[in-house]
Amino acid sequence: MTVEIKVPALGESVTEATVGQWFKKPGDHVEIDEPLVELETDKVTVEVPAPSSGVLQDIKVTEGETVNIGTLLGTIAQGDNATQVKSVSKPEKSNNQSAPKQESQTLAAAPENAPSVKQAAMPPSPAARKALAESNLKAEDIKGTGRRGQILKPDVTAAKATSSPKAQKPSILSKTAVARTAPEEVFPVPSSEMRAPTFPVDTAREERVKMSRLRQTIARRLKDAQNTAAILTTFNDVDMSAVMDMRKQYKELFLKRHNIKLGFMGFFVKACLQALKEIPAVNAEIDGADIVYKNYYNIGVAVGTDKGLVVPVIHDAERLSIAQIEAEIAEYGKRARDGRLGIQDMQGGTFTITNGGVFGSMLSTPILNAPQSGILGMHRIEDRPVALNGEVVVRPMMYLALSYDHRIVDGKEAVTFLVRVKECLEDPQRFLLDL
Amino acid sequence: MSGAYDLIVIGTGPGGYVCAIRAAQLGLKVAVVEKRTSFGGTCLNIGCIPSKALLHATEKYEEANHKFADMGIKVSPKLDLKKMMTFKKDGVKGNVEGVAYLLKKNKIDTHIGHGAILSPSRVEVVPTGKESTPIVLETKTIVIATGSDVAGLPGIKIDEKRVVSSTGALKLNRVPKKMIVVGAGVIGLELGSVWRRLGAQVHVIEYLDRILPGMDLGLAKEIQKILKKQGLTFDLGSKLTGLKSDDAGCRLTIEPASGGEVTRADADVVLVAVGRIPFTQGLGLEEAGITKDQRGYIDVNAQYQTNVPGIYAIGDVIKGPMLAHKAEEEGVAVAEILAGQAGHVNYEVIPSVLYTWPEAASVGKTEEQLKQAGTTYNVGKFPFTANGRAKVNRTTEGFIKILADKETDTILGIHMVGPNVSEIIAQAAVIMEFGGSAEDLARTCHAHPTLTEAVKEAALAVDKRAIHM
Repeated sequence: MTVEIKVPALGESVTEATVGQWFKKPGDHVEIDEPLVELETDKVTVEVPAPSSGVLQDIKVTEGETVNIGTLLGTIAQGDNATQVKSVSKPEKSNNQSAPKQESQTLAAAPENAPSVKQAAMPPSPAARKALAESNLKAEDIKGTGRRGQILKPDVTAAKATSSPKAQKPSILSKTAVARTAPEEVFPVPSSEMRAPTFPVDTAREERVKMSRLRQTIARRLKDAQNTAAILTTFNDVDMSAVMDMRKQYKELFLKRHNIKLGFMGFFVKACLQALKEIPAVNAEIDGADIVYKNYYNIGVAVGTDKGLVVPVIHDAERLSIAQIEAEIAEYGKRARDGRLGIQDMQGGTFTITNGGVFGSMLSTPILNAPQSGILGMHRIEDRPVALNGEVVVRPMMYLALSYDHRIVDGKEAVTFLVRVKECLEDPQRFLLDL
Repeated sequence: MSGAYDLIVIGTGPGGYVCAIRAAQLGLKVAVVEKRTSFGGTCLNIGCIPSKALLHATEKYEEANHKFADMGIKVSPKLDLKKMMTFKKDGVKGNVEGVAYLLKKNKIDTHIGHGAILSPSRVEVVPTGKESTPIVLETKTIVIATGSDVAGLPGIKIDEKRVVSSTGALKLNRVPKKMIVVGAGVIGLELGSVWRRLGAQVHVIEYLDRILPGMDLGLAKEIQKILKKQGLTFDLGSKLTGLKSDDAGCRLTIEPASGGEVTRADADVVLVAVGRIPFTQGLGLEEAGITKDQRGYIDVNAQYQTNVPGIYAIGDVIKGPMLAHKAEEEGVAVAEILAGQAGHVNYEVIPSVLYTWPEAASVGKTEEQLKQAGTTYNVGKFPFTANGRAKVNRTTEGFIKILADKETDTILGIHMVGPNVSEIIAQAAVIMEFGGSAEDLARTCHAHPTLTEAVKEAALAVDKRAIHM
């Protein structure tokens, strides 16, 4: 019996995926639930498990292909068929590979009269071979005028003249050569994103890598956000003394009690929650002609991974303690680095915090995580001289940036939001009093 | 950067200088780096070209001694070895100057000195001469064409006087009484022939049980038979196990390759001609992270690019036959690839030639290769004894052998021993490059009376219908 392997549901709003590596070859024995193939989606990479035990019979899609939910990936032969299938699948494969080749050879030969002995396919002449390689023409498309139908240089020249002109590889001599044809992309690539032709000598020293689906998604979504929202950034600075003192004082006790390190993120999430409650527009989104205010607070925390930036979401953060928030962030960070973040982990965010400070950023203007309307940028903490009560003192300072969608967040609201965040951080007692 | 080159070629042997010229033709800004004070590499300076000068001159001497009389020419030739060496030197000079002229004509900058790769875009040149300051050249791409060096034998020191490599064998200042050649490859047989013609007793030792390994066995046997008749002696399936040399001469111990009784031999000069190895010393490969295979050949992909983008390699430093013309083809291909064209070398059709007299030449598959691959084929063989021109010239040794696919008649290999076959092999390469059949060759009109008619007759013989046999 044959069992079909199909693309499983990949979570809400995910409709397609790119096929990654197959872990098994046709003919390999597989156990039920054993990972068969990788699928890369906008958000995560998932492994498709074998729906049953047996022998992998057929692979219908190859690495790099785009598939939709329910697309047939391959088949598994169950039970007794299994061994039989194994022997069948091999010749099938070799047929597939050799068939087109043979075909092209016979086509190229084009014998003019029936010869007594089988005549060999005449390869194109040496010059014709080079001309073919440099054109978009195939040997099969050209009628050779040489002996036994051999394609000669003039045949290629003539065929080139009649066929549509096509992008030629740029020569080092002609810098203004025609643009390269678009490589196959998951998303349509606007021509403006196509690179101008380069010198082949330069191309040789470049590395061309296919953008991962995650990277393409990041690129597309960032640009969409910029194209849609009226993004504006407001800045403030915060004296981190109070938070740092508190951390210093309680870090050991906190660790002992909650089994998690007391970091800064917990404070920032809490401070943002405080500000979001006061300025609901920052936690809202636009839906057509409506504004949707959300009375729940799902805070996304941007995490850098080797594949790109991902933003897992702390759901209902307002119900969590600082310890719980810290624990959740730590867990997400670990899973993100291991590539084990699930799609549901990254959905439903209402506001985002991004911390460029860990990399040493002094100041930045974050781009909104659409369709959200606000994103807080944290930066590095450094000792800076500040004037306090008429005196210059050194304080651990951090610049804060709030990028917001000016379509629904007014300047006053944005500034107030950031001031509130600042106040909460400078005086964490406000958390207690809900101020 | 106005000072940066598009391409720097390291080495100006046949691969390097041809690559540089082709690249310059295609509009690239090119420089070459050469460690010798003259261009042309091993081939022009201490390889193909000087050996051909000596082979030509000594064959004339041989003819004057042994063949003129039959033609009614009475002479008593006397050897002036010094003058013969000058003849050789002048020939080399003419050739290397020709390369210098071509480089200049193509506006290629030349840097004499040792080149080392600092990075894919920088080449250091330490100018030849003692107190010189290294210069650094900037470039977009680099082609390594540093060629090969003589392979030695473990425990045997080549002093280029008594124990010589091809380099020393090209400039002996007197004819040795007895010469032992270690290695029955092309170099050993050619240089062995040179000194045999000048009067040396030449004995060839070969580890394998055949001469000319890699060439068609039938051809190798024929050439061995002829060389034997000329006075060369052979010790096949033997290995050199010891060599001592002093002013009195060389004393060798030789053993069967499979082990056994030791025999001793004396010689005035021993020529070690056991092959060549890729030369990449001091090039900075390790620093640049360029990988080589176990035998020292630089790894390249189908575009001749090493594992380091922007750095390419051609010729003897990469795998394949160590032949000047193979390097040239690769030089052209890589230059065209760099210029955005489709550069390609057809390794199925690379001729190889042995410049003894008579000569031997091959292109395509040998019978042994076809048998091993299980290909069925027809053989068309035609001896020069049946060729009119060869007969009147009394150069009737040898044959032409064509191997054609049994089913399709496509020519798979052509092997020849005979007069001037180094020239005749070109038409074999052309027909094979076009994928031609034996019948195509048989139906091509060949001029009469010429030696090339033997090719046509061999093609006819594939279909068992040779006219003159």
